[in-house]
Amino acid sequence: MLSVSNLTVSIGPQARPVDIVSDVSFSIAPGEILGLVGESGCGKSMTSLAVMGLLPHPGPRIRSGRVEIDGADVTGLEPWQRVEAGRARMAMIFQEPMTSLNPVRRIGDQIAEAVRVYERLHAAATRERARELLELVRIPDADLQLSAYPHQLSGGMRQRVMIAMALASRPQLLIADEPTTALDVTVQYQILGLLRELSARLSMATLFITHDMGVVAQLADRVAVMYAGCIVETASASALFRHPAHPYTRALMDCMPVRGIRGQSLRTIPGQAPQPGTILVGCAFAPRCPNAREICRTTAPPRLDVGISHEALCVFPVTGEAAA
Amino acid sequence: MWSYALKRAGATAITLVAASVIIFAFIHLIPGDPIYVRLGDTATPDQVEAVRHTLGLDQPILVQYFQWVGAVLHGDLGHSIFYDEPILSVIADHAETSVLLATITMIWVLLIGVPVGMIAATRHGSWLDQGLSGLAMLMASVPTFWVGLYMILIFAAWLGWLPSSGFPSLFDRGGIANLRYLLLPSLTLAAPNAALILRLTRASMLDVSREDHVRTARAKGIRPWRVVTHHIFRNALLAVVSAFGFTFAALISEAVVTETVFALPGIGRLVVQSILQRDYPVIQGVVLVIVVLYLVVNFLVDVSYRFLDPRVELQ
Amino acid sequence: MTDVANHSDRRPGLIRLWIGPLLARPVALLGVAILLVVVLFAVAAPLIAPYDPSAYDALIRLSPPNPQHWFGTDQFGRDTLSRVIYSARMALLVGVGVVVFALVTGVPVGVFSALFPRLGQLLMRAIDVLMAFPSLLLALGLIVILGPSVANSIIAIGAGFLTTTARIVYGLALRLKMETYVEAARSMGSRTGWLVLKHVLPNLISPLLVQASFVFAFAQLGAASLDFLGVGAPPNIPSWGNMLAEARNFITRAPWLLFFPGMMIVLTAFALNLVGDALRDRLDPRLRSAFGAER
Repeated sequence: MLSVSNLTVSIGPQARPVDIVSDVSFSIAPGEILGLVGESGCGKSMTSLAVMGLLPHPGPRIRSGRVEIDGADVTGLEPWQRVEAGRARMAMIFQEPMTSLNPVRRIGDQIAEAVRVYERLHAAATRERARELLELVRIPDADLQLSAYPHQLSGGMRQRVMIAMALASRPQLLIADEPTTALDVTVQYQILGLLRELSARLSMATLFITHDMGVVAQLADRVAVMYAGCIVETASASALFRHPAHPYTRALMDCMPVRGIRGQSLRTIPGQAPQPGTILVGCAFAPRCPNAREICRTTAPPRLDVGISHEALCVFPVTGEAAA
Repeated sequence: MWSYALKRAGATAITLVAASVIIFAFIHLIPGDPIYVRLGDTATPDQVEAVRHTLGLDQPILVQYFQWVGAVLHGDLGHSIFYDEPILSVIADHAETSVLLATITMIWVLLIGVPVGMIAATRHGSWLDQGLSGLAMLMASVPTFWVGLYMILIFAAWLGWLPSSGFPSLFDRGGIANLRYLLLPSLTLAAPNAALILRLTRASMLDVSREDHVRTARAKGIRPWRVVTHHIFRNALLAVVSAFGFTFAALISEAVVTETVFALPGIGRLVVQSILQRDYPVIQGVVLVIVVLYLVVNFLVDVSYRFLDPRVELQ
Repeated sequence: MTDVANHSDRRPGLIRLWIGPLLARPVALLGVAILLVVVLFAVAAPLIAPYDPSAYDALIRLSPPNPQHWFGTDQFGRDTLSRVIYSARMALLVGVGVVVFALVTGVPVGVFSALFPRLGQLLMRAIDVLMAFPSLLLALGLIVILGPSVANSIIAIGAGFLTTTARIVYGLALRLKMETYVEAARSMGSRTGWLVLKHVLPNLISPLLVQASFVFAFAQLGAASLDFLGVGAPPNIPSWGNMLAEARNFITRAPWLLFFPGMMIVLTAFALNLVGDALRDRLDPRLRSAFGAER
């Protein structure tokens, strides 16, 4: 069970920090999948790294806020420190399965290594556990694959291996940073299905990061939309798709082409997202918002309740059903 | 794996043949009648004619080449003008010194270069790292013979701790203790090469630490030191191993100068002396041996690289 | 970050490209300063040197550094400082000569090998064969055939760098060939020669500058070694290597003869390495990997 409160990540000198993630809060219940959506550069990856404790040194740092897993405060602790402290079991999988596995070591060894972090077993037992994990993620011929090298596997298989490694710790939280973006659509579908099944079966809280609304629709129970380092809307998936409250979310939905209608011209959102680090006055989305009014440009928007467990960071949230 | 080794062996053999042609042509490219080049300036016309016939120098060049190759394969590298002995035995006499020098030097280079490079990489950006990197760059800019001369000045002349020249064989009186003659020369030779290996290790480790799989390793909760040894270092090693061949070649080149400075009876000094004494057949023989050795070392490095990095295939 | 695509359109940017990275790193500035001093020595030697480098005076032979002779005198009574200053000429001459030789031979070989694959295979094989000879041995062999002289030592040392330059250029040109904009130009019908001039060569300038720095640095060491062995510059021409060769017999009696010329070699090579490093760090990362950690 994950609880993130007012997380702010900044870069730059101590005296004048530049926030790339501002005041982000969300929580995920066991067995629930939260989709974190936003365009490139909005800060979603940075958020996930901060939650995991993997912010690169030197560089971005957590300026304020808290990350709690099952009540244990793990803010700023790196993964090995969390293991040492015996608190919180969590794991992360990344976007590029090609490069995320060590190319010169066998799959079995890499999974075994993940197992050994949590359990001191002798070699045969560890290998057995590795095989179980591979079976858990539906990799055929598990025994054979244990001795294989990453380059001998396809992208989809590699991602499954990554998931298997992540499950070695029986995690309470799984963070998945765009794990299917680099895969073919058919493989993508299978991996998403696998993640949904595992999340339910293992009562794992899952933070799923993506820029693809379609994936969110398939997989997520709840959704958080990010823009320019802030979460602009949080809702259940069905609520979000039926009545998106924030103008940005609305605009994103409007951009999706409608199935079955030929000859549509594709819509875009005019303008560009602000560069990470630009100092903002008022609402970050105001320059591109069709509903923007004077007050939007001068005052920071409040977080308003627009429904059951449905919040939007907007002065004038939109009501009514979505267009399509 | 073995087919790879076979392919590399084939490529090496071709390179060796081409190199042998160049080495063979060497004698014929030296200005002057090759007979005099072979016999020395003091040969009489009768000797010249006799030799010309015996050596088959009245034959076409191509035939001469194959005769030479044939002789080499039988262990006959020719005859030294200066030593008046078969060249192979001259080389054998000088081999002990050079082999020992090279081995001891490589030990220094690896023992110093690799760990210090590792430390510099793990402390990236700190004063220690910058200092070590600067020092390494400085060492790589220093002429070996200058270091050698200073070593002699300080440790032999002023402090009197170590001998300044020569090397009695390990088989002579003194035995293993005679290795102390090689201490200064090996340190001299090791300095610039250790610096190079240091920089290579450091750069390679920094590159690897930026790769995605290291982030995955960290995410797994593995302790930082183990991430460094099992993931970063292990992968960075590839670059270091592949530099082995290059380091060996650099070592041979610099050994020539170092042996001259310390008056060591090794192959490098043999080359220099032979040049000054115009003992061209010896130069030819020595270069052939060195090239063969170098190609073999490179071959072994290539094959072991394949062993270390399962992704490698022959392009 | 430098943009590989089409430097040919951004001529003013090129100057900033070269000077910028140097100014960014204070250490590199030190390197540039040292090099300027060396160039000054070489160019203005007759004006700066206090004495004639070959003027000898038996009365003051082997005197340690003193107010009349800041760097002391050698076994013939010649002023060391003046000889050190005049030697900068040899250093510069050999350095420039070797760099020019390596570039003039290595670049065409590399470029043509990349553009014409079949010819390329052959040429690269030949380069492999040349690389089977350790560089100093190659240099010595060439000196034996050509005879010892300054010009021949330039060729001899240059031959060793021709191989690495050709290899680096080959790798770079291959990478550039695969850049989309080159393919685009080709598909529009550009002829090979035009491609080379307009797209390949301009993008090679920065990496070649880096290579030139390192070649210059190592050429100093190579030339010094050849001079020291007695097969480089003739002994009557002052060069740091020659000075060290002569100093060898007097190192205990006159250690200053060992110190100053050697220090000059070290400073020059070090400065060049610093500059080369600074320039390399500013290269496009795709091109940087061709250089590895050194050379």
